[in-house]
Amino acid sequence: MAYSSTRPVADRDRPLLSVEDLTVTFGRQGEEPFRAVDGVSFTVRPGQTVGLVGESGCGKSVTSLAIMGLLPKRGNTVGGRVDFEGTDLLSLGDAELRNRRGKDLAMVFQDPLSSLNPVVPVGLQVTEVLERHRGMSRKAAMPVAADLLSRVGIPDPNRRVKDYPHQMSGGMRQRALVAIALACAPRLLIADEPTTALDVTIQAQILALLKELVEETGTALIMITHDLGVVAGLCDEVNVLYGGRIVERGPRHPIFREPRHPYTNGLLDSIPRLDTVGERLTPIPGSVADNLPWDHACAFAPRCSQPVEICTQTTPDLVTNGDRALRCHNPVEVPR
Amino acid sequence: MLRFIVRRMVQLIGVVLVLSLLLFFWLRSLPGGPINALLGDRATPEQQEQLEQLLGLDQPLYVQYLRYMGRALQGEFGSSSSVIPGTDAFDVFLSRFPATIELAFFSVTLAIITAIPLGYFAARRRGRAVDNISIVASLVGIAVPVFFLAFLLKYYFSVKLGWLPVSGRQANLGCTRVTNFFILDGLLTREFDCSVSAVKHLILPSIALASIPFAVVFRITRASVLDVLHEDYVRTAEAKGLTARVIRGRHVLRNAMLPVLTIVGLQVGALLAGAVLTETVFSFPGIGEALALSFSARDYAVLQILILMSAVVFVVVNLVVDILYAVVDPRVRTS
Ligand SMILES: Nc1ncnc2c1ncn2[C@@H]1O[C@H](COP(=O)(O)OP(=O)(O)O)[C@@H](O)[C@H]1O
Ligand SMILES: [Mg+2]
Repeated sequence: MAYSSTRPVADRDRPLLSVEDLTVTFGRQGEEPFRAVDGVSFTVRPGQTVGLVGESGCGKSVTSLAIMGLLPKRGNTVGGRVDFEGTDLLSLGDAELRNRRGKDLAMVFQDPLSSLNPVVPVGLQVTEVLERHRGMSRKAAMPVAADLLSRVGIPDPNRRVKDYPHQMSGGMRQRALVAIALACAPRLLIADEPTTALDVTIQAQILALLKELVEETGTALIMITHDLGVVAGLCDEVNVLYGGRIVERGPRHPIFREPRHPYTNGLLDSIPRLDTVGERLTPIPGSVADNLPWDHACAFAPRCSQPVEICTQTTPDLVTNGDRALRCHNPVEVPR
Repeated sequence: MLRFIVRRMVQLIGVVLVLSLLLFFWLRSLPGGPINALLGDRATPEQQEQLEQLLGLDQPLYVQYLRYMGRALQGEFGSSSSVIPGTDAFDVFLSRFPATIELAFFSVTLAIITAIPLGYFAARRRGRAVDNISIVASLVGIAVPVFFLAFLLKYYFSVKLGWLPVSGRQANLGCTRVTNFFILDGLLTREFDCSVSAVKHLILPSIALASIPFAVVFRITRASVLDVLHEDYVRTAEAKGLTARVIRGRHVLRNAMLPVLTIVGLQVGALLAGAVLTETVFSFPGIGEALALSFSARDYAVLQILILMSAVVFVVVNLVVDILYAVVDPRVRTS
């Protein structure tokens, strides 16, 4: 049974995942509620790679955990819809969700050092997914696990399956986590800052690996990062998140060449570019602590390079124009 | 691994030597002494002197110590004056040891099979009724003195309700002795009523003695599970869609048990202290009761051996725990 042939041939234009008006509010009774994700909508088509970009704390991880149904059971409220192949994942019970996680949609987390169980051999951490979702015996799954490890570029996989996580380097562990996530050939992979904890050279290797694997297997990828540089070589479409809301969306090249939102523009100014060697990198001034509430203003206004009066008085709407969308009262006009 | 064990054994010899020296001087600095204990208050000074000479107690302490060590090397540890008068102290230890092993084994098992599931459950339902009730129960376990709990259990279940025996290790059934582990002996000789009787005698003392390790193991398990539940690898396991059973056993408990294991080893010390009280209340003929008896009679030879052997048991149990730890935790094993 080849993995890829068992998939229903999906209509390339029908979304695989459609997140509609997702809201996540933290805060128990008596506490001031905090809306970490505030009406986020985006779609992912089969095989597409979509970026979710923004500074730390803008709600990227919470969005991905909400999609996976991995938010803590208590202390938060989730609203909206997460439509995956026609099912609203938010309406599924615990057992049904467990049947799909790791099989239809999978996730790779930020810190490979702490994301593997230290007292279980790596091989078993791969086979347990196969045992769970493919009904394989451990014995039958072990060669498959070794094969998966070799596919993600781990040398000597038959020996490595017996290794424990602490016997592997950070890059190796992240490769192993990618192998685990792809073990059951999911249709959707969410990678939450998969390279942030790694050395720069290893980062590039892991990104190249992810790119190669999603192309080879046709898996759709949501790439979460604070680094637009990561998105540049990988994503078909980019969603820029600020303060829990999407502020700009568009295909990769137009976003990089003609960012319309001052925040996107600021992010681009703060990453190194090969064609402008020597030019100063300018970080965005201020921090998320300066945010205004989205209810009656643009949250980014206090840090914006070109605010106008209306920015602190009215909430900008996300306006769609063709394949791009923008939430800004005073967009950037000059192409870069 | 072998080198590790050998090193620990050598350390153990050092511990025993130093401890024997300290014990020897400490015991003899206690008020009262075997002469008073043996002859009573009304003995004449001449009689006391005579006995002192006979026992070699008139010599300087270091001479007494060297003589003692010399004899110890030949397997003579002095004869008991109180517990089993005339018997060599080491034989007293051997005759009492199996009783305490049975008691300690029962207590620790009881504590572990109740405290670990309860600790896990309390952590999963943190802040809810189960959690609060078990925390109170564990506080009671720590706060109530063992001997008081022992008296209470004895009073209700033995004296008042008559469900379980009041004292001793076994009813007088004329049982055959093989290993001096009474439950095991009953099984080996197929005298099952002997085993049953031994178990009945163990129930109340075990519960009393288990109260200390129960409380400690419960609290460590709860704290440790709470820590592990927040670990990234548990989230990874959830993201894999594994069943709740696999996540609980393989990912949460296997990691959460590491600190518990260490604590169980260290609890053996507290257990020995508790055994003195429990065994005394239930007249249970183990090491604890012998310690109490020999202490009040200033039976130096027996006291010395019992305390030394308790230390040896403590060190050996913790060595076993360390080995188990290495078996469970690959980071220790392979580095
Ligand atoms: N379990 C939680 N309880 C309360 N607040 C949370 C929780 N998880 C995340 N948050 C808050 O939600 C916001 C978004 O967090 P996150 O999605 O992790 O940001 P990032 O974009 O860096 O991944 C942050 O302000 C964070 O403090
Ligand atoms: Mg994050």
